[in-house]
Amino acid sequence: MLAYYLDLALRSLKRNPALTALMVVAIGFGVAASMITYSVFRAVSGNPIPDKSAQLFTPQIDSWGPQQSFNGDGEPPQALDYTDAMALMHAHAAKRQTLIYPVQLSVMPSGNRSLPISASGYAVYGDFFPMFEVPFRYGNGWNAKQDDGRAALVVLSEEFNQKLFGGVNSVGREVTLGGHQYRIVGVTRRWNPVPRFYDLFGSSGFEEPADFYLPFTRALDLQIPTNGNNSCRGKISMNGWDSWLRSNCVWVTPWVELDNAAGVARYRNFLEGYSADQQRAGRFNWAPNVRLRDVMRWMTYMHVVPPESRISLMVSLGFFLICLVNTVGLLLAKFMRRAGEIGVRRALGASRREIYMQFLIEAGTVGLAGGLLGLLLTAAGVSGVGLLFRPEIARLAHVDLSLVALTLAVAISATVIAAFYPSWRAAHVQPAWHLRSN
Amino acid sequence: MDILPILATLRRHKMIIWLLVLEIALSCAIVCNGVFLIVQRMQHMEMPSGIAEHELVQIQQAPIAPPSDRYARAQEDVAALRQIPGVRAVGMTNQLPFSGYSSNGGVMLSPTQPHRTLNAATYFGGNLLPTLGLHLVSGRDFASDDYVNADAILKSLANGSGKGFPMPTIISSTLAERLWPQQSPLGKLIWLAPKASFRVVGVVATLARANAYNTATAQYSMIVPLHMGADKDQSYLLRTRSQDRQRVLAAAVAALKRADPARVITHTRTYDQIRSDYFKDDHAMAGILISVIVALLLVTGLGIAGLASFWVAQRRKQIGIRRALGATRTDIVHYFQTENFLIVTFGIVIGMVLAYGLSLWLMMHYELPRLPLSYLPIGAVALWLVGQLAVLGPALRAAAVPPVVATRSV
Repeated sequence: MLAYYLDLALRSLKRNPALTALMVVAIGFGVAASMITYSVFRAVSGNPIPDKSAQLFTPQIDSWGPQQSFNGDGEPPQALDYTDAMALMHAHAAKRQTLIYPVQLSVMPSGNRSLPISASGYAVYGDFFPMFEVPFRYGNGWNAKQDDGRAALVVLSEEFNQKLFGGVNSVGREVTLGGHQYRIVGVTRRWNPVPRFYDLFGSSGFEEPADFYLPFTRALDLQIPTNGNNSCRGKISMNGWDSWLRSNCVWVTPWVELDNAAGVARYRNFLEGYSADQQRAGRFNWAPNVRLRDVMRWMTYMHVVPPESRISLMVSLGFFLICLVNTVGLLLAKFMRRAGEIGVRRALGASRREIYMQFLIEAGTVGLAGGLLGLLLTAAGVSGVGLLFRPEIARLAHVDLSLVALTLAVAISATVIAAFYPSWRAAHVQPAWHLRSN
Repeated sequence: MDILPILATLRRHKMIIWLLVLEIALSCAIVCNGVFLIVQRMQHMEMPSGIAEHELVQIQQAPIAPPSDRYARAQEDVAALRQIPGVRAVGMTNQLPFSGYSSNGGVMLSPTQPHRTLNAATYFGGNLLPTLGLHLVSGRDFASDDYVNADAILKSLANGSGKGFPMPTIISSTLAERLWPQQSPLGKLIWLAPKASFRVVGVVATLARANAYNTATAQYSMIVPLHMGADKDQSYLLRTRSQDRQRVLAAAVAALKRADPARVITHTRTYDQIRSDYFKDDHAMAGILISVIVALLLVTGLGIAGLASFWVAQRRKQIGIRRALGATRTDIVHYFQTENFLIVTFGIVIGMVLAYGLSLWLMMHYELPRLPLSYLPIGAVALWLVGQLAVLGPALRAAAVPPVVATRSV
């Protein structure tokens, strides 16, 4: 029966090729526009660390006071100053904790065979690697003792290890960064969570992967300045490294790992208590104002998803909706013109259900064709996304199996849903009316 | 043309008419808001920088280790860069209009003010007016003895002596007008910190800030004659004829490498690149919106044409009768045109309400301004045009139906 309906559908579609083409093209363009923008949106709004995003939190402490808040909205600064960052680190109130700031150093590739290159990385604590589940190819991260020992260690990324050492196991070797020697203790596998949730203060979250990670304590000893944002309030008193550390300039991003709701509540209490202590000590003359956001909340708060991506997705969905309304109209007109044919089929014993099936299958065929066209257009569009979006965002968009499946599923189901009303009208044709000769 | 018979006919196809009206209304809503968004982005992209955009190249470096004397190094570098043929001026700066990486300060009109009056971009560097090609509208450019080394100023701020202040500054005319409306700003004082005062010695017509998010404050900028020395945050700027830019850039990099082979150059780019990078998102947005609007009008037009063709085919007999009863071809064409006009107009009326609703929703969620009413006619005209164009083919086909059709049965 199905094959027969399919045959009927193809015959009917062939009878009005222009109209069929029109419906197919409309669905194809509608679904392609939606899928292209969705592929970008999916990339920029995805969860960068799905299995742990609910256990990783970034604490914020108001060290500027309500008058000086970032956007005048009473929110604490988006990073910590040195004093608060070190206090959190020394308190050890969470299961794991790290401080992070971006650094940029020049590197002399070994053998002096080429000119120095610039490399960017992060100053972090040893907990960084297990907390963020950084995968290792060779070696490991470092431990808390080495943090305290302010050791000259470094972890390289796989790409950077390739560039410097041709990809061999470089653990134990020395590398010179910014004029200082470091011993390599680990090489990560390819690891670049997107968006880069742990470094959003002064970065869009879509930058090139990091080249290296070195101990925070060592970076402080060497007085390596931040390569990220540095925001200060009040009077300028920058007189060298130490006064910068003592200032209210915020530049350190803290992250903590908390296992459950009780742990989160406990940590929040700790932050409140710390701020209250600072108020009693006279360092803050305002009430405690702290935040503890997890990965997804932090990304929302920092507006990681570019508004362009969201608006273009909505506009494309609006376009798809119009294409569907268009299809409903055309299907209705088409089906109603065949009232005579329906009358004959009904008179010959076809049930309403069968008429229904016949027309839904016809619509499904249109949807399938539209979906295939949409797939071609999506593939072309995704490869051309670079013409429109910024390169660091455009390269995130890609066609994979799930996008292919989604494109076809959306095209077929949307067309079939659009066909419900026209098919219902067709199924309710009164056979008697149409059997009279007109 | 008599409208009543058309309305009577339309009532017989209620559902299809409603679908068409809905499609047109949705298109109208999206077109109105889309065009508004496009115009906004385009205006943003045309924001003036005030500088000689097509004549500038920028070189940024990352020193491998702090050089012994970064001021002397900077002087040597500038001298070497000046030697390059075709270079008209060499300057140093901590930022450029629309370069993204910004340096700003809180400006106060008295040293005891509890809160800053406004936030302005603070340009530190050397020889900026001739290099950037800024247009001085009053006062003077900095003299060579106005320049101070940054370390001296930081020391003076740290020990609170106030030595070296007030420093001269040149501000943009927008900033001058905001701080002292209708007055001459020359000789007036501003403070960036209680001990850091600056005397206005010159005013430039326009100088945009590096992070020009907000059009209202995009031109609040001031220049301070501060030598920062060779550093990763100070970039070299070279002004040259636009056709010489690539050659000068290559020669400049070579000259800097000759001066210090261990030096790492992190970025070299023309100012045009900086500008297009900064407005890339706006460009993307405008591109996406334009393509969607074109596709949308196309689909709507094809949909209208498809339905109209169906109606023509369905009404062949009636058309034949009308023709047999004396209607001219023009009458038939007009019939379909009027019918289309009525449907589209109805859709547009609903679409305007939808457009306004959509705009309110966008305002709530995306900090966008309200849709000006003047944009509503754009959507209306676009859809009327699309409708009339789409119906023309089917209408002409209808007019070609011969009166003899009326006499045939079936």
